Amino acid sequence: MMKLGKKDILGIQDMTVDEINLILDTAESFLEISTRDIKKVPTLRGKSVINLFYEASTRTRTSFEIAGKRLSADTINISASTSSVVKGETLMDTARTLEAMNPDIIVIRHSAAGAPHLLASLVSQSIINAGDGAHEHPTQALLDMMTIKEKKGKIAGLKVAIVGDILHSRVARSNIYGLSKMGAQVVIAGPATMLPRDIERMGVKAYTKLENAIPDADVIMMLRIQLERQKQNIFPSLREYAQHYCLNRKNIKLAKNDVIVMHPGPINRGVEISPDIADDPACSVILDQVNKGVAVRMALLYLLTGGNE
Amino acid sequence: MTQKTSSKIVMDSDGIERCLTRIAYEILEKNKGMDDLVLVGIRTGGIYLAERLQKKISAIENKTIPLGILDITLYRDDIAKSSKKAPLGKTNIPFDLTDKKVILLDDVLFTGRTIRAAMDALIDFGRPKMIQLAVLIDRGHRELPIRADYVGKNLPSSLWEAVSVNLLEKNGKDEVVILEET
Repeated sequence: MMKLGKKDILGIQDMTVDEINLILDTAESFLEISTRDIKKVPTLRGKSVINLFYEASTRTRTSFEIAGKRLSADTINISASTSSVVKGETLMDTARTLEAMNPDIIVIRHSAAGAPHLLASLVSQSIINAGDGAHEHPTQALLDMMTIKEKKGKIAGLKVAIVGDILHSRVARSNIYGLSKMGAQVVIAGPATMLPRDIERMGVKAYTKLENAIPDADVIMMLRIQLERQKQNIFPSLREYAQHYCLNRKNIKLAKNDVIVMHPGPINRGVEISPDIADDPACSVILDQVNKGVAVRMALLYLLTGGNE
Repeated sequence: MTQKTSSKIVMDSDGIERCLTRIAYEILEKNKGMDDLVLVGIRTGGIYLAERLQKKISAIENKTIPLGILDITLYRDDIAKSSKKAPLGKTNIPFDLTDKKVILLDDVLFTGRTIRAAMDALIDFGRPKMIQLAVLIDRGHRELPIRADYVGKNLPSSLWEAVSVNLLEKNGKDEVVILEET
């Protein structure tokens, strides 16, 4: 018998290699359910999952909702713009109100780093972090690791290049923690204004040129330029950014022949990644990532629910 | 903690082989051949028995009988009670079950709850014409109205005993043992 040793999924930073492997292995068994005619198992009948989203989201929210529904849980979606948040309710009051309705799991996305941790300390339910500010996005890193493991057969020993707006990217942070734990060599690249100071203390090599980061890479992970998080202009123009950091047919040749290209979405076509690369089934695994996302979230909902035995 | 110290071998390798050979013929006799017949083994013990039965039936009929693998963990009725989870295995049923005669395979038939879960799972995959159950050991103590169509050996046991089916593929040797608490 096995058990996830925690009540909440707040970040990859506090996860052990064994826990990551348990989640990835469990997720693999869930892939099959989404290929059935009847895409539903009765496992979480009578459980309820609240998706509390304070930030816009298509794939993560839909993915959590589908994951819950395929396990027969009741899923309730709350987005900040249509909730009491617009009437001025604080996160703490919203949390206590939801707790009183006895859900089993609360999935939260918030623009403030640490919001899920605050929620976890306030309520007895399991909390899953679906992205908090520029801090962590653990389920994205898990689905990325699952995709890499499937395509490459392993994670340890691979060279993974993460390119783009590292400063604002919770996806980058969670992946750096996760991939390093799993034994991959992680390098990052981006304009100096988008590389956090002291980022190399996380155990990665940082470059300001794309061309220096991707040679011999097994995996290239392109990040979205997050215009909504930029308070001031940290690069002159999208066109100039694209000239230096857009992954295209030419610079991808520096990587290994069998390199896979990942992107957490949504894609700014022609900015981070040229459309012909994004749509090339020979290297792009962007839609595989979405597919694995449902399985990873099913695995987490499954592993987090249950009695106290 | 209970300690199970004494053990008794109730069936050896030859015994298991003879049982499976007999069951293979019984299945073919009862179904008048292997038209529309498919095998589904329940993880984990049932898979190996299903694989062996597949070889036997295919050899008799000179035609390969389809084989699927079913993990019933997600259909268990006690899953909500415990936060400890049995390792989740992969289900792989690479054919349509609709209008098929399904032979469900498990090593030990005990309370019947595993079979209830397996039948619910099978019906999510389609509408079989019929489901029949084959087990190596029937040890009694049913908690649900379920019985096997093909039984290797009836083994009356007490609730304080554990019946363990060891198979070459899983445990390195073929034998059925009763473990007794002392």
